Amino acid sequence: MLYSDKVMDHFRNPRNLGIIEDADGVGEVGNAKCGDIMKIYIKVDKGIITDVKFNTFGCGSAIATSSMATEMIKGKSLDEALELTNKAVVEALDGLPKHKIHCSVLAEEAVKAAIEDYYNKEGKIEKTEHSCSGCTGCCGM
Amino acid sequence: MRVYADNAATTKMSEIAIDTMISYMKNEYGNPSSLYEKGQRALEAIERARKSIAEVINCKPEEIYFTSGGSESDNQAILSATEIGKRKNKKHIISTAFEHHAILHPLEKLKNQGFEITLLPVHEDGLVRIKDLKEAIRDDTVMVTVMFANNEIGTIQPIKEIGSICREKGIIFHTDAVQAVGHIPINVLEMNIDMLSMSAHKFHGPKGIGALYVRKGIKLTGLIEGGAQEKGKRAGTENVPAIMGMAAALIESNNGMEENTINISKMRDNLMEELKKIPHAKVNGSIISRLPGNLNMCFEGIEGESLLLLLDDKGVSASSGSACTSGSLDPSHVLLALGLPHEIAHGSLRISLSEYNSEEEIMHMVKVIPQVVAYLRSISPIWNDLKEGRKEYVIQ
Repeated sequence: MLYSDKVMDHFRNPRNLGIIEDADGVGEVGNAKCGDIMKIYIKVDKGIITDVKFNTFGCGSAIATSSMATEMIKGKSLDEALELTNKAVVEALDGLPKHKIHCSVLAEEAVKAAIEDYYNKEGKIEKTEHSCSGCTGCCGM
Repeated sequence: MRVYADNAATTKMSEIAIDTMISYMKNEYGNPSSLYEKGQRALEAIERARKSIAEVINCKPEEIYFTSGGSESDNQAILSATEIGKRKNKKHIISTAFEHHAILHPLEKLKNQGFEITLLPVHEDGLVRIKDLKEAIRDDTVMVTVMFANNEIGTIQPIKEIGSICREKGIIFHTDAVQAVGHIPINVLEMNIDMLSMSAHKFHGPKGIGALYVRKGIKLTGLIEGGAQEKGKRAGTENVPAIMGMAAALIESNNGMEENTINISKMRDNLMEELKKIPHAKVNGSIISRLPGNLNMCFEGIEGESLLLLLDDKGVSASSGSACTSGSLDPSHVLLALGLPHEIAHGSLRISLSEYNSEEEIMHMVKVIPQVVAYLRSISPIWNDLKEGRKEYVIQ
């Protein structure tokens, strides 16, 4: 079986699909050339992510990892959300095939990009790491 | 309803092929190299199979060599041309940019042995140009290898013209006809084909068996050394049941070819007309010079693997040229060779029909494919940008 039951569940029934028109932060990562783009929208109130939505262009694990990532940050504080790792996303999904791990890295990057965008908008610029936007393939995938 | 629409990947075995194999497994298990009656009966059987297969492509029985399939045949053809090239000091080979990897990878490896490889471009219609071939031919060209019909987009190449040019120039002409044999007429004599690869599991025969046609007078080099089977050119006890299954399947496919072509094209054309109604979608490759059952399309804004998974949930088995399905970072080299941009190539769908598909199954696909495409577009940031005018459509 290519994907675990959890991955297939998040793929078939993605959580938090959609767009937030008046989002407080929007993060878009990946590129069409390599076949994966994730866009995450967040609403923030008093430092808590009160709502999150996503759109994804990509394969089964791309959709599943972005869905899981949004679930994991919903209702969390910005600091907690920044601590989200791709490893945690993969574990929560009961694992991903080796050649699909890079999708989970992209999901982590999308979350960070959304939060960075929020801070930018707030005028408080926090530097977060961005290894995936522009996709140089540096994760080796 | 389950619809199997991936016949280019492999085909369901025909009842006749299965029954033939079982009968040989049960009753004729002799080794064709054995002297006694049981062995000789097995030998006579595979020679009958050899003759039948030769008749279908119009060559002599002694020009057919049994192999384990298309990949082995392709490898052996290239190896043989390599040895001839080394002897004659002709180290240039011409092929195309969209060959199967069983041709491209061995050719790539030949560069380490001082060979130069020219890959003819394919144009947007999925066809090579005779002009490009003529310009590529050099005094030291030892072989031209061009696939009869492409596995992803189904386009049928100008094989007869290529054969004619190669014969005139004394260049060995090999064709990987794995997708073509059993589906469209092939006449190696008329078409001046010197070597040809075929594989049984593409025409309702068993997996793990194929053949290589080699015109008399061309020296074949053995890939597998050992016993004297196949005139010393391919060692290993012959897979009698599989050979008989292959022959039975090929005879059946050949007999039904005319009628099947009409029926399959009709189904494919119906499906294509309906799917073309999906906005910002395009058919890849010429519709005129194409295998009857092949349909390959790109849908802007979505990705192939997610398309296939959702189609699978709706009972449809198909294939795609996206990177995720190819297991690499790049989408299909075939679609890229056509000049499609990466992001469009990722959103491709290949449907390949056979005579076992039905109108009812076509109706099912007509219903579910647009549904899945629409859903994936609704969750795609690319499609959103296109809809809102932030990006320009590539496919009008």
